[in-house]
Amino acid sequence: MTNTYSLNLQHARLKKIIPWAIVSATICFASMADTAYAAGTVAGSTISNTATATYTDSSGNPASTPSNTVDLVVDELLDVTVVSADPGDVPTTPGSTNQVLAFTVTNTGNGNEAFTLTPNGTVGGDDFDPTATSIVIDDGDGVYEPLQDTVYTPGTNDPVLAPDASVKIFVLSTIPAGALDGNKGDATLTAAAVTGTGAPGTTFAAAGQGGGDAVVGSTGGDGVDTGTYIVQSATVVLTKSAIVADPFGGTAAFPGPVNVVPGSVITYTLEAAVTGTGTLTGLTIGDAIPANTTYQTGSITLQGSPITDATDADAGEFASSAVSVRLGNVSGGTTRTVTFKVIIN
Amino acid sequence: MDRGISNAIRLLVVMFCATLPGFARAADTVQLTSQVFVERVIADETGRKTIMLDQPSLVTPGDKLVFVLRYRNTGQIPSDNFVVTNPMPSAVAFQDAPGSKPSVSVDGGKNWGSLADLVVSTTDGRSRSARPEDVTHVRWKLAEPVRAGASGKLTFRGIVR
Repeated sequence: MTNTYSLNLQHARLKKIIPWAIVSATICFASMADTAYAAGTVAGSTISNTATATYTDSSGNPASTPSNTVDLVVDELLDVTVVSADPGDVPTTPGSTNQVLAFTVTNTGNGNEAFTLTPNGTVGGDDFDPTATSIVIDDGDGVYEPLQDTVYTPGTNDPVLAPDASVKIFVLSTIPAGALDGNKGDATLTAAAVTGTGAPGTTFAAAGQGGGDAVVGSTGGDGVDTGTYIVQSATVVLTKSAIVADPFGGTAAFPGPVNVVPGSVITYTLEAAVTGTGTLTGLTIGDAIPANTTYQTGSITLQGSPITDATDADAGEFASSAVSVRLGNVSGGTTRTVTFKVIIN
Repeated sequence: MDRGISNAIRLLVVMFCATLPGFARAADTVQLTSQVFVERVIADETGRKTIMLDQPSLVTPGDKLVFVLRYRNTGQIPSDNFVVTNPMPSAVAFQDAPGSKPSVSVDGGKNWGSLADLVVSTTDGRSRSARPEDVTHVRWKLAEPVRAGASGKLTFRGIVR
């Protein structure tokens, strides 16, 4: 009687394997490759290999012989990437503080690894050097929030990332007061594996997660990227002109060949021309009524549209012998025109 | 009756032994050894690269492994129906089996065949041709009995995921 049977010993008695891997090994082999970490097998995992021979023994019965088991421990690969997370150059203004550049730091290695973060504002090839004042570790929502996020202190709270995990890092800088409109300033963030960096293949014996070696991967164990501030400032030039209409029908620019007599009406035009790539916020124009004149009621206009004299919800008023118009936020390249009239006493 | 009981006992012994490799090896007439080598590329001073086979205890993802299985019939009679099965460690992607044509399985040992004949069902409910990294088991069925004292070597390669 020779009936044979095949006995496949369970392979891969992985000692420190994570739960999903066990599920993969027993249920969904086919999709295993798709769910593997980009960085590869988790550091410290044991790869066990056992083969089995089945045959018909001397008594004619099925027999089975397992091989020895070879155990290999997976080393830790040290790899990290840093990528600027800003959609473009970050607008800023001269002299401003705590200006935020965002970076994404990703552990592309296969073990839990801590990373040292280093900012650098003195990068060549730009117009000014931002002064990096602090690094802040995001709380997980990807948005810089001074009250919720954590200020980074090297060696104290180096972020520890699992394989494939990322964290958003914010670099806060002060912009030099002398930076001009349109100037750009670069700052870099470097993340370096705490276990070590170096040429790919550099090995740190027994320093890997799970007792294996730590081996520097293709990134050299560190990564760097650059973020850019761009100064967007704006300046305003205010021009005042006047036209006089005398009671006899004459009209001329003032001063000019016109009768300035009691009863003449002076129309003042105030032009606020904003230049630059930035925006002026909360811009207000104010002008006191000249001596020996009387404000002509209801004569204020903004961009040709009348504004009431009362101090109310609209943009301007006449109060305390002065005209005041709030222009709000005015971006560079635009001009706002205010007019009002006075009568000579 | 007696014979039936003795067969049953013998079968129990076989099953028992199968779960305890130490026992099994002592009683078996076949020896099977497994070795795993890693291909290391060594560059000399002139930049010429040589591939060395190293027997490691530590590997890194991407390492190329060579699995070598050696069998020997240490008994007095031929071993018939000789089959060697090697389940792939889940952290190793099968590559190929130079010099032999094993059957492979991509579903944990349920279905066997050559890689070209196997399909894998994908997560979206469809299926695709099996790829080397899908292999879960490698199996060699020897056509001839292994004679007493005879030995052989089976090899396959994989990459640490």
